[in-house]
Amino acid sequence: MTQRVTIVERIMDANDQLAAENRRKLDAAGVFAINILASPGAGKTSLILRTIEALAPRLQLAVVEGDTAPVTIDADKIMARGVPAVQINTGGDCHLDAVMFQAALPQFNLAQTDLLIVENVGNLICPANFKLGTHQNVLIASVPEGDDKPYKYPGIYRGVDALIINKIDLLPYITFDMDYFRRGVEILNPGLVVFPLSCTTGEGLAAWTDWLEASARKG
Amino acid sequence: MHELPITENILAIALRHAEGAGAKRITALYLTIGQLSSIVDDSIQFYWDIVSEGTVAKGARLHFKRIPVRLKCLDCGQEYAPDGSELACPACKGTKIKVEAGEEFFLESIEVE
Repeated sequence: MTQRVTIVERIMDANDQLAAENRRKLDAAGVFAINILASPGAGKTSLILRTIEALAPRLQLAVVEGDTAPVTIDADKIMARGVPAVQINTGGDCHLDAVMFQAALPQFNLAQTDLLIVENVGNLICPANFKLGTHQNVLIASVPEGDDKPYKYPGIYRGVDALIINKIDLLPYITFDMDYFRRGVEILNPGLVVFPLSCTTGEGLAAWTDWLEASARKG
Repeated sequence: MHELPITENILAIALRHAEGAGAKRITALYLTIGQLSSIVDDSIQFYWDIVSEGTVAKGARLHFKRIPVRLKCLDCGQEYAPDGSELACPACKGTKIKVEAGEEFFLESIEVE
């Protein structure tokens, strides 16, 4: 006999619960963690390197590098600057999840860490569904990607706590309607804190690193 | 690609509830997926056939209920579906918007024997 069983269970619950556990571990160790999301080439690694430059003299930093292949280019660049980095190779998966992040945490001395930066896999779709347990999700949009991205990838814009608009030095050369872009962002995520900046020229970077340092000290 | 771990989650939830109900077999799953959750039905179906192999859920039919995005303007109360290139209210151009529907992603029920 066929019987209907009502469930109504959120499919991401298992990951979300593990993310909450990760968060408790970070909080217990006094670590503030951010998860950086962006499409490939938006400037995630460049932003992390710039952030290290500004904050390493004042905070103990650590970096988790999410990559789809066992290529350690990004992690090598971080470690060359004296910052501990752990690479998670997702084996082709398009995102990090709470399980992978959990496995990376014991590889750091969390008691000696103030700010943990996670570079997620370059992708605007999948990472939005998988919480890690970090305190803030930070999205990087870059000018050459176009001003329509909030309209095309609304999911990721809904779930972030800060937005960086990178490569603003290219604005004179590219058709990018900043008002149209920011209107979409404001609709999807009202009051979202936005940092227009350029990792190349350094313009706007101080506002981002000041905000991040204040968040880390508070958090 | 993220549908593989997601399909494994779906299977785990279904198996847990089937066991709780003392069922021998799962014959159908009813999933509710909002348009904003970026999940592709066909990919879930593809992975389902692989991950359910060797479990009591093997051969179960997947039913997808898609929920389109519905926005509500907080200025004038207009409810609408965005057209893909604009999110602001089509009636008053308002930008204070509430997402009324489209973010759902859950397993609603299963049928068991």
